[in-house]
Amino acid sequence: MVSEFSVSILAAGSTTLLLALSSLVLATVIGLAAAFAKLSENRFLRRTAAVYTFVIRGIPDLVWMLLIFYSLPSLLNQTAGTLGWDVRFEFPPIGAAIGTLGLIFGAYMTETFRMALLNIPKGQVEAALAYGLPKSAIFLRIILPQLTRLALPGFTNNWLVLAKATALASLIGLHDVMFRAKGAAEATSKPFTFFLVAAAFYLTLTVCSMIVLTIVAKRTSMGVKELAP
Amino acid sequence: MNWNIIVENIPLYFTGMKLTLFLAFTSLALSFIIAVPLSFLRNSARSGVRYAVSAYTLLFRGTPLLVQLFLIYFGLAQFGLIRHSFMWPWLSSPLVCVLLAFVLNTAAYTTEIFAGALRSIPVGELEAARAYGLPKSKQAIRILVPAMLTRALPLYGNEMIMMLHATSLASTVTLLETTGVARRITLDNYIQFEPYVTAAGIYLTITFVIITSFQIVQRRFAGYLEPRSI
Repeated sequence: MVSEFSVSILAAGSTTLLLALSSLVLATVIGLAAAFAKLSENRFLRRTAAVYTFVIRGIPDLVWMLLIFYSLPSLLNQTAGTLGWDVRFEFPPIGAAIGTLGLIFGAYMTETFRMALLNIPKGQVEAALAYGLPKSAIFLRIILPQLTRLALPGFTNNWLVLAKATALASLIGLHDVMFRAKGAAEATSKPFTFFLVAAAFYLTLTVCSMIVLTIVAKRTSMGVKELAP
Repeated sequence: MNWNIIVENIPLYFTGMKLTLFLAFTSLALSFIIAVPLSFLRNSARSGVRYAVSAYTLLFRGTPLLVQLFLIYFGLAQFGLIRHSFMWPWLSSPLVCVLLAFVLNTAAYTTEIFAGALRSIPVGELEAARAYGLPKSKQAIRILVPAMLTRALPLYGNEMIMMLHATSLASTVTLLETTGVARRITLDNYIQFEPYVTAAGIYLTITFVIITSFQIVQRRFAGYLEPRSI
């Protein structure tokens, strides 16, 4: 019985992974855009990005999940009702979860990318400008390689937090690892065992990500000298 | 819109907010006390010590807080030995379980933040301390800990806010903190918009206060680390 339930829990790993990876892609895109917006000379862009990161980072993940899954459809339905439209909004848990996590971690990525951009020595971009490189070449050949290296620790961190935050989606009814573990815990008298199975899944995911990202970090920081204390 | 229901429940939100703040700051204070020594052990020259601390931080940073909370709150009841021990009155209380989970979790993150800050202190500062003949304890207390804390400030500020937000998970084990209050009002009144928006507003306000005070602290104590503008 324990093994059957465990298999069913681990099988839901694909849902968790799908949610985590889709949210990561969304978050990276949003994060890059908002980081450049934050450093841009346009005041409107700067303000919008600042409000976005502030509001997102000011509210807990769980509350965002509840806001987007319950409150947003409720608001849309009320608005539609007053306008006399005959529509009913309801989001599937997976969609609401991807949107929520993408939005939330987009804000964290923004800070990661912004700090990385700030840490690229100014002289390098100035030198590139002096050589008359076009903007696209400055981004691709000067900024991006260093951005990858400088943002990687933060990026890794965000990904690890994101992968674990997917567990929250079980609370809005997504059938992920956590949801199945809770089901198994309630159906049997072995809650510790099944939550431990879920914990092992997340731990494996974390450790595998850390190994991969350490290899990437080694490759990207070749030729960077570090002092050992 | 049913904002009058929210207005009627302001006292309930207020008690929820108090519980949120209590959970966050108690967990942070207890975990700080654990994390400072652990961060030194994390960088210890003895590999056994280093690995033990790493194993702890890996276990708690590598699994979701929700799983840890459920393991402690629902999971421990599986063992008769614990259920019949003198600890059970405490371990069956949601408040104790939540605090236990939060402290263990945030101490792991804080340890890594502080340990990372320790490693980023320029070798020169430590070499200078050694050259002046400071004993090891003085090196730690007067050079390493202050330099570590100032360098850790931005990340530690983040961790404080993470902790504040993590308290919302306490609502999943029946505690009526801010999110729990919002949930209760949703269920009692069949409205889904106003209660959560109010809760979000409360969290946003607390976060704003924390961030602002942190910026002041950072300017005061870590201003010398700021990059020079050209």
